[in-house]
Amino acid sequence: MRRRGRIHRQTISQRHRKKKIKNIFSFTFVGAFAVLFLMPIILTISNSFMAASEITSNYGKIFATTDTGGKKFIAETVTLKFIPDIVSFHQYITVLLKSPDYLLKFWNSIILVAPIVIFQIVVASLAAYSFTRFRGRLKEMLFFAYIILMLMPYQVTLVPNYLVSNWLKLIDTNWAIWLPGIFSPFAVYLLTKFMRRIPESVIEAAKIDGAGEWQIFRLIAMPLCKGAIYSVAILVFIDYWNMVEQPLILLSDVEKHPLSVFLSKINAGEIGLAFAVATIYMVPTLLVFLYGEDYLVEGITYQGGIKG
Amino acid sequence: MTKLKKERVVSKRKHDKRERMGSVLYLAPSLLGVLLFFVLPFLVVIFYSLVDNPISHNFVFLDNFTKVASNSAFQLAAKNTLKFSLIAVPLAVLLSLGLAILLEGGLPYKSQLRTFFLSPMMVPIASIVLIWQVLFHYNGVVNNALLGFGLDKIDWMKSSYAPVVIVLLFLWKNLGYNMILFMAALSSIPKDIIEVAQLESASEWKIFYYIKTRYLSSTILFVTIMSLINSFKVFREVYLLTGDYPFDTLYMLQHFMNNTFRSLDYQKLSAAAIIMAVVMIIIIGILFITENRFGRDVEG
Repeated sequence: MRRRGRIHRQTISQRHRKKKIKNIFSFTFVGAFAVLFLMPIILTISNSFMAASEITSNYGKIFATTDTGGKKFIAETVTLKFIPDIVSFHQYITVLLKSPDYLLKFWNSIILVAPIVIFQIVVASLAAYSFTRFRGRLKEMLFFAYIILMLMPYQVTLVPNYLVSNWLKLIDTNWAIWLPGIFSPFAVYLLTKFMRRIPESVIEAAKIDGAGEWQIFRLIAMPLCKGAIYSVAILVFIDYWNMVEQPLILLSDVEKHPLSVFLSKINAGEIGLAFAVATIYMVPTLLVFLYGEDYLVEGITYQGGIKG
Repeated sequence: MTKLKKERVVSKRKHDKRERMGSVLYLAPSLLGVLLFFVLPFLVVIFYSLVDNPISHNFVFLDNFTKVASNSAFQLAAKNTLKFSLIAVPLAVLLSLGLAILLEGGLPYKSQLRTFFLSPMMVPIASIVLIWQVLFHYNGVVNNALLGFGLDKIDWMKSSYAPVVIVLLFLWKNLGYNMILFMAALSSIPKDIIEVAQLESASEWKIFYYIKTRYLSSTILFVTIMSLINSFKVFREVYLLTGDYPFDTLYMLQHFMNNTFRSLDYQKLSAAAIIMAVVMIIIIGILFITENRFGRDVEG
């Protein structure tokens, strides 16, 4: 009896040790992977603090232009540097003070994205309330239709969007991007999933106390879904802050393009600026990320399980 | 039935009616928008795909579809997009599942690592394209490294290797999102079942295959569908890296759509959009059915 007990203990401690070794291995592996993931971001930010000459000497061979004229120094090899030789704010000064184009495009991005985020959530929370409170066969079918619509790739919804914008003479105006964005079914889907988790009894209790539908919506459903609304807002924001397809097709006026499209058109000669612009463009999303990561994770988590 | 009861029934009906009205009111803005911007025009798209031109409306049935399907640009785009999805989606699902299992297996600094993996999602792709160019340019960092190992340089963006670069970018961008979904699913698997299996001295692999995959199946379905949709969005990355006319192996369906938009050939566009919608619905349908078979045991 006693011996068997000891053997058993041994195997447990062996198992523990084995697990510990395994954990160290997988931690190094995952950790290396994670650092690799973070690298492009760090590089972009650190390069934005380099002087233009340093950028040219680092990446000259890649972004070398032929039309600069005059003396041109191009380094033989490309060097990837994380730490600038001299920290310089020169690029930021140029972007912020001397070339209004970038700031204008940044402003375009805000103008395009903010109304979509705000109104998509307003429209979607009303719809989600309806899908939550009043359920029936027809409603479930409708909700399923929303899911199918949500799953369609942009290439499919693009043509319908274009047609409507054309009928309503919205092409080349911001409305062509705002309206389809506001009515996109994504937020409806996600908010409905959240709202259906509110216990029936809470709503019943409010009803017995004499609350009307609007009061239930405003005073109970909305506050309980606050977290969900934040996470939906973050997800919608990221998606549209990144938009490329829509402006390319619906806005032929380059002046109206958001920075997400314009950034790719920076000439090779201004490559140093590009890093600064890229960093500036990252700031809103990084801020959102820092303050809202938990909401974001929660939002993604709830997205899972389409059938639920 | 007494008068009182009757009244009550009437008032209940009135109440129901009011409720239904309310339900319609709350849904109305969204429903109207969806109808106007997605459903109605889609019906028109179907109509356009069946006629010869938007003015004379002569029905030609499947002519437009055969025209699009035999268009060499469409074939190239469809082939490239499908090929990309076939490589990128399984990789994205498997790698993120692997990472999620490792992270959920009790690693220290779990939340920090999670943040690292999630961070690419936050970065506007336009910002990161620069770095990708530095890495994969003909004179770029990766080729330098290859030279260092005594290998030949590869012209990444202008050869059949180009999709590799895009797959890497796609994985970088999407793994974090998928990983979060898997982590949530893994942590919701009932612990007691796994403990029982461990007591029965089932191997880790067996536990994973016979128990965990059953609970994960709906998440695997969702992650696969989301990755598939995101793989259709990869045009963004390609466009930002290479512009309107990329190397042949990177010509995606969205390029085809953009270039067709320039000539505003509604018939071609409509037929292409419908072909894509049908293919998408078939793929999603197949995934749903497979998942239903596989995850049946744990439905509850």
